[in-house]
Amino acid sequence: MRLEVGNILIKDIQFGDRTEVKEGVLFVNRDELAKVAGEDDRIASVEVYLAKPGEEIRIIPVKDVIEPRIKVSGKGGVFPGLISKVDTVGEGRTHVLKGAAVVTTGRIVGFQEGVIDMAGPGAEYTPFSKTMNVVLKIEPVEGLHQHEHERVVRLAGLRAAEYLGRAGQNVEPDHIEVYETKPLLEQVKEYPDLPKVVYVYMLQTQGLLHNSYVYGVDAKQIIPTFIYPTEVMDGAIVSGNCVSACDKNPTYIHQNNPVIHDLYERHGKDLNFIGCVITNENVTLADKERSSNMTAKLVEFLGADGVIISEEGFGNPDTDLVMNCYKIEEKGIKTVLITDEYAGRDGASQSLADSTEKGDAVVSTGNANEIIKLPPMKTVIGYPEVADIIAGGTDGSLAEDGSITAELQIIIGSTNELGYGFLTAKGR
Amino acid sequence: MTIRIVHYINQFFAGIGGEEKADHKPEVREGAVGPGIAFQQAFGEEAKIVATVICGDSYFNENMAAATDEVIGMIEKNKPDLVLCGPAFNAGRYGIACGAVAEAVVDRLGVPVVSGMYPENPGVDLYKKSAYIIETSNSAAGMRKAVAPMARLALKLARGEEIGSPEEEGYIPRGIRQNQFASERGSKRAVEMLIKKLKGEEYTTEYPMPVFDRVTPGAAIKDIKKAKIALVSSGGPVPKGNPDRIESSSASKFGKYSLQGIDDLNPENSETAHGGYDPVYANEDLDRVLPVDVLKEMEREGEIGSLHEYWYATVGNGTSVANAKRFAAEIAKDLLAAGVDGVILTST
Repeated sequence: MRLEVGNILIKDIQFGDRTEVKEGVLFVNRDELAKVAGEDDRIASVEVYLAKPGEEIRIIPVKDVIEPRIKVSGKGGVFPGLISKVDTVGEGRTHVLKGAAVVTTGRIVGFQEGVIDMAGPGAEYTPFSKTMNVVLKIEPVEGLHQHEHERVVRLAGLRAAEYLGRAGQNVEPDHIEVYETKPLLEQVKEYPDLPKVVYVYMLQTQGLLHNSYVYGVDAKQIIPTFIYPTEVMDGAIVSGNCVSACDKNPTYIHQNNPVIHDLYERHGKDLNFIGCVITNENVTLADKERSSNMTAKLVEFLGADGVIISEEGFGNPDTDLVMNCYKIEEKGIKTVLITDEYAGRDGASQSLADSTEKGDAVVSTGNANEIIKLPPMKTVIGYPEVADIIAGGTDGSLAEDGSITAELQIIIGSTNELGYGFLTAKGR
Repeated sequence: MTIRIVHYINQFFAGIGGEEKADHKPEVREGAVGPGIAFQQAFGEEAKIVATVICGDSYFNENMAAATDEVIGMIEKNKPDLVLCGPAFNAGRYGIACGAVAEAVVDRLGVPVVSGMYPENPGVDLYKKSAYIIETSNSAAGMRKAVAPMARLALKLARGEEIGSPEEEGYIPRGIRQNQFASERGSKRAVEMLIKKLKGEEYTTEYPMPVFDRVTPGAAIKDIKKAKIALVSSGGPVPKGNPDRIESSSASKFGKYSLQGIDDLNPENSETAHGGYDPVYANEDLDRVLPVDVLKEMEREGEIGSLHEYWYATVGNGTSVANAKRFAAEIAKDLLAAGVDGVILTST
């Protein structure tokens, strides 16, 4: 599968009469975007705001972040099985409004939604303080069940991202990257002397606000399977979860999966990247056993010499991470794990809920329990009072002056376990 | 301004005597004594050892609480910016005394401490989280080598400077995880680590896997029909409205709630505070997390002796092991006092 990704660099966003990209500026027709996003009987209202890097703006509670993309050639459309037909994607050409993002907020669904600060100390911990954000505040109709509330907001965000992405359809990209993984036997032949590497891509599937979707299917119900890396770039995997804000994978980070990009970076030089195995993180032991067995079997079948395994979430899924590691290492295949840590506010407790001696190569993306103080911002989009109840917050997190003192856990992407950020934890 | 330092040493290093003088009671002397003279030289003009507190190792270890109070009182009077303890090398009782003093200085006075010990000194495991303990050799012959890194770290701490890694500073890893930004993103570090592992080259894991405590199961209950059973849960089951505001993640507390007049949990009287799983089904019927209905029925039918009048609840989601241990100790004390024979622990 070969995909050309055309990046159109977005340097600024502004409201305008029509939605278009002109000389690196994304103009957004506010009403039209609100209409497209709000096309659902279960949505009562959609408000659109802009938030740019450096502005004193806080967005809370954030549900998802999505990158505007559009298929220019090749089969299917973005987010297949959800807002496009369920064609297999990942081939042809896709245009990206690089530097722009859709951020969804609104009344809280559960506990797990997070914070984006566009300035101040909190901004250093989230990748989305560096993007030009089109923020949608989406309110559902009264009495909507939580599961439906989550779904309605998720789909509205995807529609908005596709709508904005369409503005890039006929724009000449600033640069084009080409990514290709061939069918297994051909791919192995291409670099016969390089070690074969598979990426084991764990998807959060613990239930409401802990779900992920693959071609529209709730990943709870999948048996681990093979996926080409370029399918992911076209939105084959979508976030339906808000695990904890710090270590959920927003749809944006799936679209830009850094493990995939950094493996491609060394593809043909130090390794032969033969593809991804997606697996889930269900809550029952039988599910965990089945999925880790199947994952190990598939990785072996593909002939991998080494794998990178990324986790999503913490605690319960630590067991899935450890089972995957143990069973894959048992087959003589080398593993590297990516996880974050919950070492307590003082950093003195053990960081994971499960352990294996075979996990001797671990990348840490930081201790999510560490406390941060976020100063007040001039503008708050959303509902600041949820700071007291979201995961990582505590009664009294929100002070009268509007500042928030809470764990890093509340910041979107702060300890992202795909390794999107630079944070790590060290033994002291 | 000169940095004020107080030095804690034992009777041996103070020149009072060996084992026969180990019951020496705490005393304070002005200025540097024994090894303090070498430290004073290392500090130069920047810091001054204003007082030395001396205590016999036997006295300290046999009267730990009282001796700690006495020693801390003497240290506090001298208003230190930093406290030095030892070094104790491989002397076990001296190491424990140094560690206990260090812990109390940090906790009660909020003043940083530097000590020095051989890694196998029992004081290391007990107190490495409280103080920076510089790794030393196993005997006093290593004094000269211990002074330089201890003095350097002491000055850094007193100046409020950032402390480097254990390798850089020479202290024994404290087992404390601290965040920092790396020069490459996580995914790139993972790819590089994998390439090294595949090539058989050396690599360093960023997180050595933890070793867990194993709990031996208690003996079986002999007569369940007479037993008093209690319910304890980390699944977040709380009375409606979460009166104690137990956090949805990283709980800092647990709650104790009465079951009087409750035969069944329902959306009117209860909910879950847990933020780590789909709460919809728990909120519809919280007996799914905390089986009150079934246990009340068993109590009525005489299948168990009785159900303890209270349930205990916290949230396990992202809660540190240290907090969980503290909750468990407090809950267990309460259960024992109430004569509970068996506990049903539920999670999520």
